Amino acid sequence: MSNALPAPAAPASATAKAPTRPRKRGGARRTDNLMGYLFIAPWLVAFLAFTLIPIVASFVLAFTNYDVLNPSWSWVGLQNFERMFTRDPRYIKSLQATFFYAFTAIPLRLAFALAVAMLLNTHRRGVSTYRAAYYAPSIVGGSVAVAVMWREIFGADGLINAILGTDITWLGNPNTAIWTLIVLAVWQFGSPMLIFLAGLKQIPREFYEAAAIDGAHGGQQFWHITLPLLTPIIFFNLVMQLISGFMVFTQAFIITGGAPLDTTLFYALYLYQRAFVSLQMGYASAMAWVLLAIVAVMTALVFRSSSYWVFYGSQEEN
Amino acid sequence: MDSATTAPADRAMSRSQSRPLWRRMPTRTLLYHLLVGGLGILMLYPILWLFASSFKGAAEIWTNVRSLIPQDFTLANYTNGWRGFGGITFATFYANSFFYAGVATLLTVLASAVVAYGFARINFVGRRIWFACMLATLMLPVQVQIIPQYIIFSELGWINTFYPLLLPRIGGQAFFIFMIMQFIRGIPKDLDEAAEMDGCGKGGIFFRIILPQIVPALITAAIFSFYWTWEDFLTPLIYLNDPKLYTVSLALRSFADPSGQTDWGAIFAMSSLSLVPVFVIFVAFQRFLVEGISTTGLKG
Repeated sequence: MSNALPAPAAPASATAKAPTRPRKRGGARRTDNLMGYLFIAPWLVAFLAFTLIPIVASFVLAFTNYDVLNPSWSWVGLQNFERMFTRDPRYIKSLQATFFYAFTAIPLRLAFALAVAMLLNTHRRGVSTYRAAYYAPSIVGGSVAVAVMWREIFGADGLINAILGTDITWLGNPNTAIWTLIVLAVWQFGSPMLIFLAGLKQIPREFYEAAAIDGAHGGQQFWHITLPLLTPIIFFNLVMQLISGFMVFTQAFIITGGAPLDTTLFYALYLYQRAFVSLQMGYASAMAWVLLAIVAVMTALVFRSSSYWVFYGSQEEN
Repeated sequence: MDSATTAPADRAMSRSQSRPLWRRMPTRTLLYHLLVGGLGILMLYPILWLFASSFKGAAEIWTNVRSLIPQDFTLANYTNGWRGFGGITFATFYANSFFYAGVATLLTVLASAVVAYGFARINFVGRRIWFACMLATLMLPVQVQIIPQYIIFSELGWINTFYPLLLPRIGGQAFFIFMIMQFIRGIPKDLDEAAEMDGCGKGGIFFRIILPQIVPALITAAIFSFYWTWEDFLTPLIYLNDPKLYTVSLALRSFADPSGQTDWGAIFAMSSLSLVPVFVIFVAFQRFLVEGISTTGLKG
């Protein structure tokens, strides 16, 4: 394929490129629609077939009582949404559980990630080994195996009770069950940690040296140099964690199944139950759109707030 | 504070300027390794516990809970667990998982590379809009797509096949497309231009110039794609109901069902085993992973 292409392209490129200096490469760019669309075609086809059309379909379904088993479905207008917020106590429970989880697990995870990144931001021997050890839980964190392991660790005869010498039913108690999932999330701080670490390495040493000469100690250096210069990275991590935090599924599905008393019935888990267990796909589609709205609003709030707390230094090329 | 103490010797002064005082003190270093190393072991402890428990006999598994060293080491959990359930062994589940993860990864990485080149280096009408669409899909909850996808695939009669799992991969994945684009942007355009002068088309430039240079990015993408597919649970859960088609994730969930199975040793053994491919790749390609995440912010 590549052999057939050069001939027609050659004359055009020769005239277009000859006068261009290396510095001004952006100015005189030709458009090449055929090749452009040829290269993005795989994505475009998949996007239309598996993303865009399903999204439109999902939006339509949200206003129906579609049910896979029952072919006679009808428009119900806003009934699905009305039912969600007024006549579905489990839905309210799932919102509570998801928001509680997101608002505790995400800040804790980011705080741990930053603390550990600062510990690992040195040139000591063995740092790469430590980095691997801290990151290891994150690469297996989403797996069923780790979820099964977590269930047994917090089980009645499990590791935690054995270490503490207690007899607590962590997973059966409505006050503690969600915390086992939060601890699991915090344990997997590896990715934001690596991103923080990359950000810490970008901060010029001179800043700290100048601060030390002025008599600023460790804590002051952290508040006045490290934290402000890291805010763009905190912002990025926050957005990424927010999006994934609202969609957590596997861990709750395996470890608690939403129990006890629906205190761990995360949004994605309840949506799955509605769509694929009760087969109420119209209602579940409406739930999916509310989830999209929640994530969009939360992300927009973070973006809006960023002008107040995200500090962009002079080196904007980075 | 340093300036007063370093006055007598020039050598000491220059050292103290380049390295803070506490970094030169061995007790600090020792404390550092105690703290960071200890915390690291604590982090790994649950996983080590899982592996250790998989070698413990049935008698000690819930009596000798804390210890990481089995009293009488046994491999019986692995042989018992491998038998699986319903007459289907874990050999089938591993074959399914390797098939799914292997094909999906191949499709994802190849497509992502091609698409990334298109977005990064070719100027075409509508590029900005499509690129914005692609970035938007990064934030899109899968829940918005999976229900209609399920309806379409079930109408096509594709439940209990791998088509619904593999077909959506033909377009690559937005994360990897974006990551590879960042990589391509780092390659000097002079090379493209020189090749174009020599009569090389866009296809030729991609295959002969860009592709050989983005191999590290492709390896990173391949590793993450393999991980995510290997651990994928929701998609197989929805589309694969026949135990003969179960991936390891699905099989583990049925195998470790607390209401049925009580052979905890076997459950721990099969759980441990399912993590082995992940850790083998992690150890072998650690450098690519760390660089990939640090430069692009991929989730792990």
